[in-house]
Amino acid sequence: MSCKSCDCNQPAQPERRSFLGGSVSIIASMTILPGLVLHEVKAKPDDQRISNKNRWGILIDTRKCTTECDACVTACHKKHGIETHGRPDKDPQWIRKLKVEDPLTRKTSSFPIMCQHCEHPPCADVCPTGASFRREDGIVLVDRHLCIGCRYCMMACPYKARSFVHEETENPLPHTPRGKGTVEACNMCVYTVDKGGIPACVEACKLEGHQAMIFGDLNDPESEISQALLREGGQQIREDLGLNTGVRYQGIN
Amino acid sequence: MRQGLIALLIGLLLPLAAWSGVLPQIPEARKGESCVRPTDEMRKNHMKYILHQRDETVHEGYRNPQFSLVECINCHATKDDKGEWVSVKTEKHFCNSCHTYAAVKIDCFQCHADKPEEAYKQANHPLILREGLSEDTIRNTLMEARQ
Amino acid sequence: MKNPVEYLEIELNKSVLTFLGIVAAVLGAGLLSALYMEHEGHWVTGMSNQIVWGLPHVFAVFLIVAASGALNIASIGTVFDKYQYKPLGRLSAWIAMALLVGGLMILVLDLGRPDRLIVAATKYNFKSIFAWNMILYNGFLFFTGVYLWFMMDYKMYKHYPKAGFAAFVWRLILTTGTGSIFGFIVARTAYASALLAPMFIIMSFSYGLAFKMVMLKLACRFDGRELGEKILFRLKNLLGTFVGAVLLMTIIHHLTNLYWAKAHDYEIWILTSGGIYTAMFWIGQMGIGTLLPLAIFYHPTLGKNRNMILLGALLVILGGLAQMYVTIIAGQAYPMPLFADKIVSSSFFDGVVAEYHPSLPEFLLGLGGFAVTILATFVGMRVLRLLPSSLSDQVVDPAHSKD
Repeated sequence: MSCKSCDCNQPAQPERRSFLGGSVSIIASMTILPGLVLHEVKAKPDDQRISNKNRWGILIDTRKCTTECDACVTACHKKHGIETHGRPDKDPQWIRKLKVEDPLTRKTSSFPIMCQHCEHPPCADVCPTGASFRREDGIVLVDRHLCIGCRYCMMACPYKARSFVHEETENPLPHTPRGKGTVEACNMCVYTVDKGGIPACVEACKLEGHQAMIFGDLNDPESEISQALLREGGQQIREDLGLNTGVRYQGIN
Repeated sequence: MRQGLIALLIGLLLPLAAWSGVLPQIPEARKGESCVRPTDEMRKNHMKYILHQRDETVHEGYRNPQFSLVECINCHATKDDKGEWVSVKTEKHFCNSCHTYAAVKIDCFQCHADKPEEAYKQANHPLILREGLSEDTIRNTLMEARQ
Repeated sequence: MKNPVEYLEIELNKSVLTFLGIVAAVLGAGLLSALYMEHEGHWVTGMSNQIVWGLPHVFAVFLIVAASGALNIASIGTVFDKYQYKPLGRLSAWIAMALLVGGLMILVLDLGRPDRLIVAATKYNFKSIFAWNMILYNGFLFFTGVYLWFMMDYKMYKHYPKAGFAAFVWRLILTTGTGSIFGFIVARTAYASALLAPMFIIMSFSYGLAFKMVMLKLACRFDGRELGEKILFRLKNLLGTFVGAVLLMTIIHHLTNLYWAKAHDYEIWILTSGGIYTAMFWIGQMGIGTLLPLAIFYHPTLGKNRNMILLGALLVILGGLAQMYVTIIAGQAYPMPLFADKIVSSSFFDGVVAEYHPSLPEFLLGLGGFAVTILATFVGMRVLRLLPSSLSDQVVDPAHSKD
């Protein structure tokens, strides 16, 4: 690992102990569920920096998403240990199901909405301390070590994607630290993605059999998500703001 | 004269402190032979290592487990007599045992988990890898997670 | 045209002490509230994930906006060379600083992590108007402090016009920055207007002057100092002008919104069907804060009554708070438009007006900010020579005095 500012740049000493989650080396292009083809995307080695060669994104086909199903929401909140306190206006929601109706045609669609992982995120623009930031690979995060809880990002976010933690967290999970007085939002399951996995919502959607969500690298023209976008296009919510979101939708009407 | 007095005072207090259990009772790590660095060095510098890797991890996506707080907890968290994982709120917890003694307040655990990964059923292991994973593994893991 | 103005500390007589005792109690309640909210977390407040900025911010933004306005009286004397205002220069500068400190205290104590203030002071994201504001606030305290020092120190006195000019320029930038906090929010219909920055400047003139008049009136009454009609009527007329200017800006703001199709729904809501917000706008901001004071100030007899003038200034402050409430709370309560022409609903209050029920601790914290300002003002007048021993017509305008 490349340490510049402290004196810890000796190599790791693997003989001393072994760690969980070493680099996964199953690289195969295979069908794991009917109709689901996974492509060869090698997981980033743990000791490597992320790069702007990738831009992670999610494509949501609202035509495949059903009104009753909220598997993505459940999976997300379970994976990240989001507790509810029976206070809907104060409980955090990293992802929520939205129902949209066209007053003219009476057509409705239902789909999940979460942090849209903008290329030009208004939250990061307004954040006074730089706690809100966009990783080089496009994932927008809150560095809770820097967040002072001013909530300006929540004022600025056009998608109401962010939540403020209004009370002490009971039991934060190892890979989703979260605490009172700071702002949080969908992190595109950043730990899992760094480990070569896919976000919980997408996973849940696939396993539920709807397969309305595709996760992948928008910068890779061969990726499933890029191919789907190429074939059918995709729309951004509040496209007028020019934020170039990483989450795209199909079939909202 | 003065030095003598101080020495006397220390001489009197030290055994008293040890006797009354004031010295920290630091629990042994559960795993491994030794830490990622010699104990002396870790005692002195663990905060530097954690802090440095913290910024690299959050902002640059390094997932090097060497100085990861999760890994600290994975080895050093212990169970109590009843077999429950010890909470950081008690002095039996590895971090708190020493920090209480040293009177250094830390706020790590206002956000971070104080128990090891194995204590959580829904620990963040990826089910579906982008590279692919056998169907059985996914199904099994999913079944487990749902229970 | 020499002004032999003599400045004197105020006496700590019984009425001052009683008044300050009450103010200190309010401050104590405010601090306890902050402690309580911080300990429990924000769930004990009325603020939520829908209304993220609540009553504390209403008070804080009011005080910060008023701060730059209070400095105005000093600026008019120094920068625009109106000698009648010069005796008030010192007090204006001091009140300006006190207002800013009061507002900032609220903001800081309402943070989710006030213990991390050091982070806010050391890590800057220069794209954030908020980060710029932190620099602007500190700069304001610095420039105003220097200005005050130069006014009070006979060795530096010759330089004070320069310091006054610097402070004047800085305060304009500062209020632009405060207005831009809202103006830069592109996502919400109620904000996202460049008009907010100049509007905040005009508002600051009005709020700052109103607050300063109340303080001046109280101090003179407590300490038995003469407050001549010349200066009082001058201030009153000025305040009337500012209130009128705010009214004009408000009308323009709503007219531009009515012109943009995308803001129609919001305008119709806030002006006619927004419930508490519509009431706040028409009764609070327009009625109590604008029309009533204007009626008092320009009434042939009421406008010459000292107590009525004091009442008018108080009404301007109340109306200002109502205006802040409408700007800050209503702007958030109105649903964000995710799709321009579709009906949206969810489990997270999409497509519906968010509810906000302010809690007592929030209110007390807000009042605490006012308390800090008032305490600082009086402590300043006690330990420094800020207030002229007399503001009689003779002192204010010796050349044109009848005596």
